[in-house]
Amino acid sequence: MKVLVTVKEVGEADDDFEIEGTDIAASDLEYDLNEWDDYAVEAGVQLAEAGIADEVVAVTIGPERAEETIRMALAKGADRAVRVWDDAFEGTFADVSSKVDVLEAVVDEEEPELVLSGVQAADTAFGATGVALAERIGFDHAAVVNDLDLDADAGVANVHRELEGGIEELTEVDLPAVLTVQTGLNEPRYASLRGIRQAQRKEIAAKDLGDLGLTPADVESALTLTEMYEPESDSDAEIIEGDAGEAAGRLADVLREKGVDA
Amino acid sequence: MSDVLVVSEHRRGELRDVSLELLTAGRELADALGGDLHVGVVAGDVERFADELNRPGVDRIHTVENGEEFDHTVYAAAVDTLVDRIDPTAVLTPNSVNGLDYAPAIAERLDLPLVTDVLGFAYDDDSLTVTREMYGSKVETTVAVEGDRFCLTARGGEFAPAEGVGDAEVEAVDVETPESGARVKGFEEVGGGDVDIADADVLVSVGRGIGEEENLELVEELADALGATLSSSRPIVDNGWLPKNRQVGQSGKVVTPDVYIAVGISGAVQHVAGMKGSETIVAINTDPNAPIFDIADYGIVGDLFDVVPELIAEFE
Ligand SMILES: Cc1cc2nc3c(=O)[nH]c(=O)nc-3n(C[C@H](O)[C@H](O)[C@H](O)COP(=O)(O)OP(=O)(O)OC[C@H]3O[C@@H](n4cnc5c(N)ncnc54)[C@H](O)[C@@H]3O)c2cc1C
Ligand SMILES: Nc1ncnc2c1ncn2[C@@H]1O[C@H](COP(=O)(O)O)[C@@H](O)[C@H]1O
Repeated sequence: MKVLVTVKEVGEADDDFEIEGTDIAASDLEYDLNEWDDYAVEAGVQLAEAGIADEVVAVTIGPERAEETIRMALAKGADRAVRVWDDAFEGTFADVSSKVDVLEAVVDEEEPELVLSGVQAADTAFGATGVALAERIGFDHAAVVNDLDLDADAGVANVHRELEGGIEELTEVDLPAVLTVQTGLNEPRYASLRGIRQAQRKEIAAKDLGDLGLTPADVESALTLTEMYEPESDSDAEIIEGDAGEAAGRLADVLREKGVDA
Repeated sequence: MSDVLVVSEHRRGELRDVSLELLTAGRELADALGGDLHVGVVAGDVERFADELNRPGVDRIHTVENGEEFDHTVYAAAVDTLVDRIDPTAVLTPNSVNGLDYAPAIAERLDLPLVTDVLGFAYDDDSLTVTREMYGSKVETTVAVEGDRFCLTARGGEFAPAEGVGDAEVEAVDVETPESGARVKGFEEVGGGDVDIADADVLVSVGRGIGEEENLELVEELADALGATLSSSRPIVDNGWLPKNRQVGQSGKVVTPDVYIAVGISGAVQHVAGMKGSETIVAINTDPNAPIFDIADYGIVGDLFDVVPELIAEFE
């Protein structure tokens, strides 16, 4: 079976950052593979190693810069990648449905039997793309999966869905399916030197909307980011100043006041 | 049109708190839109839930009795039917694990613009603007939503729970249960074992800032020196460095110790959900913008590898 893994390059804000317009200045962002997608890639690669998946394809919607991230997925064992970008996305705030337009077109081309996506993208945190995609392409789905046992012969994925408060739901999902992967599902590997070398030779197919039979009108977002600001802190935290020794001394006094003492 | 449909949530026979919070959010939105507040309750003991959801401000409660527990196929079908009957402007669901298992699907099916993890909203001049966070809660954003109908998922703990007794009409709605490709087989409780961090008076809680597994010794030493119990954020448990029963947060334990010391923890919303009720919160973090400082009572902006050894020395 073919496995499609959706991966996103996410920005993480530096300790010091400036907001320019409605985003954090690019120079104050570190880009990395989304943590949840790292677990999704690992799940796909493990299915290949177990002989269940014949091919693991990574797909991203992202600018050229994102190739570095998608190479990481290739270095960890994905077989090849598709990167979709178009001028139409430049400077917009893509909503879930417009991403699903693109991912649906890629699913139509690739015909996977299993789509693995992350629970959420660490930067925009919609937590919605995988489930919306499932609805669009007519797959069943399970969100927030932290345990996966795929029975290819029976055509089902036995999963645990991690609910709140230490409760897991045990669910059987028919294939084809979309699963949104929660951290802790597995132990994502580090890319080996050999993996990194091999990744250089793997294909990243760059596509624009036209290549997928879409037009800019198809992917118009219903959402516009109108403002970004640092949240007003409603805290009255006392920040303890001084070097480490002084600060620790003052904190120790506070803790003793609160009755902490072995 | 201009009505609001709130979809409630329950699990194993209990309405979840977020359901009552959504009534407040839903009423606010219905007032802004100039419409009625409808509440949907799906599966389980719907009559008892309807009773509990009957609070002032709710105009009508629709019960759909199919099944016992959450099933995304049933929930999506129920919301689909209710939207057809009510023709609401807004569908509002919890931004919970189950909310995120059906709300994106229903938004997609009904072609509603979707905004998740909503903290607040404003509706002026026939247009909706919502507030939400980005970049790990380091920034807040406003988002303008285009369209005359929309679907929102609201964060738990952001709106006050509705109180009092209302006089909403309760109506049973028939929904055919569709064939489902996802079948719930049961539940499992995880995170049991020898220690219950919820019992501790003082918690030293460690996060990803610790860097390496072998550095855990340092925080263990601190916990010993303070007579405290060691707990952690999620990545520490995901890495297998501490067992699940040590995890604080939405998917771990909710703790309310006298003193909670967060060491190298950023303060993600899912973590804060598990410890914001602590009496005194102390944070040690190199990043002055880390959201943990927003809920801390005392903070040290500094490197834990400098501060923690000094703190241990103070108590030895
Ligand atoms: C459905 C769902 C459920 C979740 N449930 C939970 C849950 O129950 N519990 C939970 O914790 N998370 C949960 N999460 C994950 C959560 O979103 C965050 O990813 C997680 O809490 C981050 O953990 P952290 O603060 O340890 O790591 P990070 O966010 O990586 O923060 C590390 C912090 O350490 C600081 N730091 C780095 N080096 C040092 C140093 N030398 N000295 C001092 N400080 C330093 C950094 O400035 C940073 O603030 C959940 C997520 C989802 C989507
Ligand atoms: N631009 C993108 N390209 C590829 N996959 C994406 C993109 N955005 C989101 N996803 C996938 O959808 C998951 C959930 O993202 P979100 O719904 O945006 O929080 C991510 O973990 C990715 O797997």
